[in-house]
Parts: sequence; structure tokens; C-alpha cells
Amino acid sequence: MTERIVVVGAGTGGSVLANNLGEELADEIDAGDAEVVLINDRDEHVYKPTWLYVPFDEKTPADARRPLDELIDRRVDLVIDRVDAVDTEGKAVSFAGDRRDLSYDHLVLATGAQVTPEATPGLAEGGHHFYGAEGAEALREELSSFTEGHLVVSVIGVPHMCPVAPLEFALMADDWFRERGLRDEVEITYTYPIGRAHGIRSVAEWAGPLMEERDIDVETFFNPEEVDPDAKVIHTVEGSELSYDLLVAIPPHDGSDLVREAGLGEDGWVDVDPNTLAARNADDVYALGDVADLPTSKAGSAAHYAAGALADRLASVARGHRPTAEYDGKTVCFIESGRDEATYIAFDYEEEPVPKRPSKLIHWSKLGYNQSYWLTARGVL
Amino acid sequence: MSETELEADVTVDAIGSSCPGPLMDLIGKVKSAEPGTVIRLQSSNADTEPDVAEWAEKSGHELLEVVEFDDHWDLYVRTHD
Repeated sequence: MTERIVVVGAGTGGSVLANNLGEELADEIDAGDAEVVLINDRDEHVYKPTWLYVPFDEKTPADARRPLDELIDRRVDLVIDRVDAVDTEGKAVSFAGDRRDLSYDHLVLATGAQVTPEATPGLAEGGHHFYGAEGAEALREELSSFTEGHLVVSVIGVPHMCPVAPLEFALMADDWFRERGLRDEVEITYTYPIGRAHGIRSVAEWAGPLMEERDIDVETFFNPEEVDPDAKVIHTVEGSELSYDLLVAIPPHDGSDLVREAGLGEDGWVDVDPNTLAARNADDVYALGDVADLPTSKAGSAAHYAAGALADRLASVARGHRPTAEYDGKTVCFIESGRDEATYIAFDYEEEPVPKRPSKLIHWSKLGYNQSYWLTARGVL
Repeated sequence: MSETELEADVTVDAIGSSCPGPLMDLIGKVKSAEPGTVIRLQSSNADTEPDVAEWAEKSGHELLEVVEFDDHWDLYVRTHD
């Protein structure tokens, strides 16, 4: 009997997992004992960290995309379609189009996170963001003509993708305006929902003094509940107001209705065991990457490392062995602290990160990794 | 102490969430709550109490009581009128 592993979503987690399984189960797939199906709703893979550079015109959305059929192991069956429901009792997924339902022995959801600016009244009309190709390009247009006024970088949605990107954006914008001789004309404010500049305490302790040194105002306990796009004012749950000329927001994020409707997690994130990644509410279902409700960051590196552990587990199960590999929460994030310096953090479920001293070398390592990422997506690196 | 006479109108279970998850879960609930609602926030994160205390003071809500259990804390917050 063929063990069919179905992976929904070909972002970092889904692609790395499918490629690792294609390699680990090569003999079983060739013998017809195992089958790996990767389903994605578009025929391209998107490397989201590229978007941070688009507003500064350093990269384009095309740099973030590669055709999936160039990235995915030939032993993996690639299906381009949109899954619109999961039946965890009948163990099958159904599609938005005419395609017949597909049964599974093991299902992995790697559908990522969605940005939902519309969840905050006035935000879609009054704010910009860089959490998507269109948003990043619109922000590039706006930034290119912004020569004076108040730039507000506001973290509205927590959790959000790439936990350090808002800090990076504020620090890069500071550097970008300085280089162009405009910094004296541009006031920058960074806001965060809790009582410090970042959820991870050590990152907040690193960023706080740096923001002060760079003359970036930091507003904490700042939770926007409404944006007035005409008056250009943000109103918060705490009762405060902040005027802006250009608002760059980290919008609220959401998992997916697919997850809610399948009973896998009330908030749209899949409720999983943090080590085995197994769904708590269904048998033989797993979640990987941003859609998994894990006590770590929604970051590509977390998805990458989790995919390695899950590939080992699923390969063991497909061979009839007891799985022993576990994900320990490992996450690594580069942090741009300007446009030619960066630091990085590494942490897991147990260890808090300690940011290193920023350097040009780490900045170039980040840019170098962005190129070699395509080896990660292929399951090589 | 693991008992209280307080009765919550709603409970937010954030046990197992890492920081700042519990406070953000509370803020999300406060956004949609009626004035005077008593919310019980359950958290296993030791940073939650100081975070909630500071946020409640700043935002005008009231941290009524913190009840300690073996594996988590219940924090009772009443939203301002």
C-alpha cells in the first residue's frame, strides 16, 4: 500500500519539507510504497524577506519569485490548485476548482499567514505596508516622494511574519534618509504594542538604545484600534493619538478559515504539539511554518528547521518506524541595523537570543544568504 | 493562594504562549469587550504579570487580582467604564 503524504502550501516550510521527503523517501517513492504531493495555489515560490528591500528600491518583487517546477524534487507530485477544505475524519482535502478530492495518509498544512489590514478600521486606506509585493511597491512610490514630515512605523498585528522586520524597516529608513540628506526633515516614530520595543526582551534591550542613538522615537503600549485616513491620526486602545504624514504599519495577521473550518484551531492557527508539530485536534495532521501556533517566531528559518525535523518524522512513519526526531524551536534571524550593517539572533524554545554587535560582514552575510536561500528551498542547504 | 471570589465574564487561555502572546491576547479581548467586563487571563509566562500591570495602569483598566496555580497564573482584569 502506498503511503500518501500531502503537503498544502509551497512556501519555505512546504517546499523544504517536500524536497527533503523526496530525497529521504526516494527508494520508497520509486518502489511505489510512498507518494509525496505538494499543493500550491500558484506556480511560483515566493521568498518573502525580499519585500523589506523593495520600498528602498534595492530589490523588486520579481527577485522574490522562482517557478516551483525549478525548485521541487522530481519525485514530488506538484499540484497547482487551491485547497478549500480539509476533512480530518475522511482524511481528504477538497479543491476550489473541479479537481476531485484527494485522500491522504498524512497531511501537512503549511499555508502561511495572511495580512488583514481591513481588521483595523481605516488602516487599509490610511496606511502602507511591505508585507506583500503590491504593498511594498506602493510604499516604494510613496517613500520616493516623501521628503519631509512624520514617518510612523507601527506594529499593529502581533504575532506577525518576521518578528524583526519592523525594527529593520525603521533603522533602514533612518539610514536611507540620512544618506539622502533628508533626515533633519523627517521625524521617525516606531510604535510597539507592549511595554518595550520588541517582544523578545534581549532584542528590545539591544534595540532601545540604538533607536535613541538614531533619534527614532519609540512609543510603547501602543495598540491602534482605528486609523483616521483623512486627518492622518492613529487612535489607540490606550486612549492616545498620534499624527502621521506617512504610516508604515505591520498589519494584523490571520491564519486561515481553512484551519478554523477544519476544527484545527479557533484563531486560524493550527493548535500543535510544539515538538512533533502534530495537530492536537486531528490524527495524522501536522502544521509547519507560520500557520502553526508555536511558541516561537513566525520566521522562514523556524519553518526551515521545523521542516527538517518533520521530514525525518514522516519518513520514519512511512517506513513503519517509530519517529524520534523533534523540533526544538530553533530560529535564526538576521537583523539589518541600517543599509550596510546587520546583526543576527539565534534561539530556540529554551534559549533567549543575544544580538551580536552589528557589522558590515553580517550585512553581506544576510545578502549572501538571500541568494543561497534558493538552495534552502531546494532542500540542499 | 489559588482561590478567588472573583467571577470572570470571559476567560482568555494563553497558557503555553510565549511573550508577548498573553498580553496581546488580553488586548485583543479588551478591544471587543463591553466596559466593566471582568476578563480572566490565564498565562504560564512569568513576564505576564508585570506586563499586564504596567499596561493596565497606562490604559486605565484595572488589574484586580492575580491567582497563582502550580503551572500558571490567572490574572483578573476589569475593563474601564
